[in-house]
Amino acid sequence: MNFVVSWIVKFVFVLVISLISIFLGLLYKGFDRKITAMMQSRIGPPLRQPFRDVKKLFMKETIVPDGAVPWLFNSAPIFALVASLVAFAYLPIGPFGPLMEGYGDLILLLYLLAIPAVAMAMGGLASGSPYATVGSQRELVLMISYEVPLAIAAVTLAYNYNSFSLATISSEPVWNTVGAMGILGFALILATLIAVMPGELSKVPFDQAEAETELAGGLFVEYSGRNLGIFYIAEVVKMIFVGALFIALFFPYNLSSWYSFGGPEVINGMLLGNLIADILFFLVKLLIIICVGVSVIRVAFARFQINKASYFYWVPMTVIGLLGTLLVVFENSGL
Amino acid sequence: MKLSKTFDKALWVFHINSGSCNACDIEIVAAVTPRYDTERFGIKLVGSPRHADVLLFTGPVTTKMKDRVLRVYEQTPDPKVVLVTGNCADTTGVYFDSYAIEGPIDTLLPEDAHIIYVNGCPVRPENIINGVKEAWLYLEELRGDDK
Repeated sequence: MNFVVSWIVKFVFVLVISLISIFLGLLYKGFDRKITAMMQSRIGPPLRQPFRDVKKLFMKETIVPDGAVPWLFNSAPIFALVASLVAFAYLPIGPFGPLMEGYGDLILLLYLLAIPAVAMAMGGLASGSPYATVGSQRELVLMISYEVPLAIAAVTLAYNYNSFSLATISSEPVWNTVGAMGILGFALILATLIAVMPGELSKVPFDQAEAETELAGGLFVEYSGRNLGIFYIAEVVKMIFVGALFIALFFPYNLSSWYSFGGPEVINGMLLGNLIADILFFLVKLLIIICVGVSVIRVAFARFQINKASYFYWVPMTVIGLLGTLLVVFENSGL
Repeated sequence: MKLSKTFDKALWVFHINSGSCNACDIEIVAAVTPRYDTERFGIKLVGSPRHADVLLFTGPVTTKMKDRVLRVYEQTPDPKVVLVTGNCADTTGVYFDSYAIEGPIDTLLPEDAHIIYVNGCPVRPENIINGVKEAWLYLEELRGDDK
């Protein structure tokens, strides 16, 4: 009986986390657009603009083109959204540990991160438009490119902690576990991950798959109405998911470990003041990471050619990542 | 889903050149630059007619473009508004009675198309933004708000 109750509780929590992550994703997309506008000396849309966009898209007519494979075309956005939402259950968020602790680890997260990109490519290929086909191929090329530095980073972290479990990795900040050489190594790994982030999220220097000016929307060219809206939500959820993954891997700091804010006890012996402070601190960290990894890079760079983007991940980023790994290995083996 | 006021605040625009001299197109680009910054009203240029709510046509329709104009109109999901931009698109302007022109856009589009005229040669960015405001009025009508 207890077993059943605990699963029902988990189910409810997953639903709540999904709703919260959709809300936060749209809000952070608003921040991203506002910050981008400010950097371009514009006023920019209000923070609630992404909510309006999504609401509008759900009001529009949803067209399935004649050349499309309808079931694949319609299910691709749902795959993308569900994969991004499920990933949140395996991620430590602020002061809370992962909801599905013990059921999945870093490797599962890397696969969940790959599913939205695959679903997008699938939907593009199913829509039967040449633009979308080119976009899908570009998305897949980009995926096999950025997975290499991403995998190097994951393996290095796992080697350092002797564990793929996210709860173990985020239990102690990575910077405290190694000496000077290891810190340099992890700084290099962090740099490669920041370079991977826009590719993962198909943001400007690596948005060849969508490329409005050359491919007229690329993957999404035939998507309209509700399907486009679901893709929009999946994209923003993936954005804050990657940000939260960064925090879990590299900056799992909590304000309450330095200063206690008091207040009555709430969950698991945590004080209310600490809980609120930690959640707010988490949101600020998320904002900073999204600002650096998405907004600033988006404004500062123009789109790469697809072959150059692929080269960028395969050669310079892989070499930097391996250098970081080497430093961490030297540090840990005591040379 | 019922059309609500949110629709007005998130209009996505698809721009198609149906044979204009490029002057109107440059003014449209001017309307999205930091000086006028239409993104603050939620107006965004998109790359595909499937994403669009507003179709921005510039230029008299040349014979070659006639089929494309109609096709893009059909491809756009409902509800949609057509913004006919510039004197050429409205009346064919200086190209009046040319052998290569299929006539102003409003004679080609279906009867039920809602068309808003934005005049000028070329149109000014302010006028384009004003045209979008008129699109809002039309959408209000569509919702059944009495104003």
